[in-house]
Amino acid sequence: MNAVDIHSGDDLRDLYRELILDHARSPRHFGKLENATHTAEGINPLCGDKLRLFVRLNEQDNIAAASFEGSGCAISVASASLLTDMIIGLSVTQALDCFTAVTNRLTDPESFQEQDIGVDLSKIKALDGVREFPSRVKCATLAWHALNSAVGGQQTPVSTE
Amino acid sequence: MTHAQKSDALSVVDCRQDFPALHQEINGHPLVYLDSAASAQQPESVIAAVASYQRHDHANVHRGVHTLSHRATDAYEGARDKIQAFINAANRSEIVLTSGATESINLVAQSFCRPALKSGDKILITHLEHHSNIVPWQLVCEQTGAELVVVPINTSGELDVEAFDQLLTADVAMVAIAHVSNALGSVNPVSDVIARAKSLDIPVLLDGAQGIPHMQIDVQALDCDFYAFSGHKMFAPTGTGVLYGRESLLDAMPPYQGGGDMILEVSFDGTIYNDLPYKFEAGTPNISGVIGLGAAIDYLQSIGMTEIAKHEEQLLVYMMQKLADIDGIRLIGTAAAKASVQSFLVDDIHPHDLGTILDHQGVAIRTGHHCAMPVMDFFGVPGTARASLALYNNNDDIDRLVGAINKARQIFG
Repeated sequence: MNAVDIHSGDDLRDLYRELILDHARSPRHFGKLENATHTAEGINPLCGDKLRLFVRLNEQDNIAAASFEGSGCAISVASASLLTDMIIGLSVTQALDCFTAVTNRLTDPESFQEQDIGVDLSKIKALDGVREFPSRVKCATLAWHALNSAVGGQQTPVSTE
Repeated sequence: MTHAQKSDALSVVDCRQDFPALHQEINGHPLVYLDSAASAQQPESVIAAVASYQRHDHANVHRGVHTLSHRATDAYEGARDKIQAFINAANRSEIVLTSGATESINLVAQSFCRPALKSGDKILITHLEHHSNIVPWQLVCEQTGAELVVVPINTSGELDVEAFDQLLTADVAMVAIAHVSNALGSVNPVSDVIARAKSLDIPVLLDGAQGIPHMQIDVQALDCDFYAFSGHKMFAPTGTGVLYGRESLLDAMPPYQGGGDMILEVSFDGTIYNDLPYKFEAGTPNISGVIGLGAAIDYLQSIGMTEIAKHEEQLLVYMMQKLADIDGIRLIGTAAAKASVQSFLVDDIHPHDLGTILDHQGVAIRTGHHCAMPVMDFFGVPGTARASLALYNNNDDIDRLVGAINKARQIFG
């Protein structure tokens, strides 16, 4: 195989970082979660991404388990996979703080300021590449909107449109 | 146009320079535009005709006694004459100007079918239709109790002709079928379909949105009852479209919308409708867009639809061969008769990721379900990547497409 032409590839490599490709190829916590207490669907009609997020809360309102199923592009699947990795063990409040932090980071990078919400968000930085691809930001935030919908009180499916 | 003039006229090879939008860089690369099935670029002559009308001739049509209104009316009605000649309709009253193929089909569903349909009647469509040739029929079925019947396709994306024959029964009130599939490029055997339907006196609508830019259309030779198409797929502005309808059928149909221009006389006791085709053209139309459509037809005829079809056929063969040579590619839509379109998937790369990587290299393709979700379901895929050709594409465009796909494979490899 020829060497990759890096002339125009920097933004692309930034979008499709190894961590993203790894999670897209081998999504973590993939499949339906038995005994889920909360669930929500996320739909991106533009590209046909369709994910369902499952969350199981324990009696203390902490996230005991999380998973997702569905199909989507590399960015939306990787983002959902990273999400499930990150939120297990968090309280609902912390998870919703993560939703706010991630969506602000990706949709409003100009005014975004990192705040310590007591959660390690370092892996989420792997999604930063989407900021150069406006049409792909919705893919990256899809699962997070589903999270907000599932544990934040909304019951209807969320759409990126 | 005489033969001598034609040989001096534009050739397809040179026509690329007529499209200003093609001459720009996208993400640092010269644009390769392979999304004409979604919307085609416009030649300079269309852009100039619209601009000239806006600068010098604009007024409302069919209304004023003043000079500008005459000019606007002449230009607008002149475009109707060009459309009539372009598709060889018998009469200019058979050319109804609409906002696009979608409105044209809705008009037929609501004005032709709805008053006549009764519970138990059937409307026959196919599995490869665009949503615009599915949903209007679903609506009219809900309104009347009629049944929507879908003719299956095979794994190449071809109409199952035997199934069509079996499903074409005497209780079918309408056959509505794409001339060319937008998602797969399959050219349907429309002459056969029409002949079989005619033998049972069943009217036929052809959704010609993907047919009209690629081949010579002769509605009298086809003997269809309705032919619907959009201007923006044939190098004209968006918001323009045509419904060709057989005069005797249009004449018997009630108006689709009420308003200005579609009346002869209005009182509160009742209204006398205008003659064809104005009965179906309520309100101030898209005058500048229709003038642009007339200019687009002039442009197409200056090259010749036969020339265009020949050029695109060679290109499509080249594109299908080059794509088929890529490891890990799955071509979707491999009908024997095809025009202009190739859908595909590469390895397990999601079409949306492929679209982004190609765009980054200046190559514009469509990704997703192409407003044909049942087609995607049939092939068991959430969507495809689709490259579509127009008269301004060339082999270099296809080489660039292939190079960009290989780049995507390296990134995902």
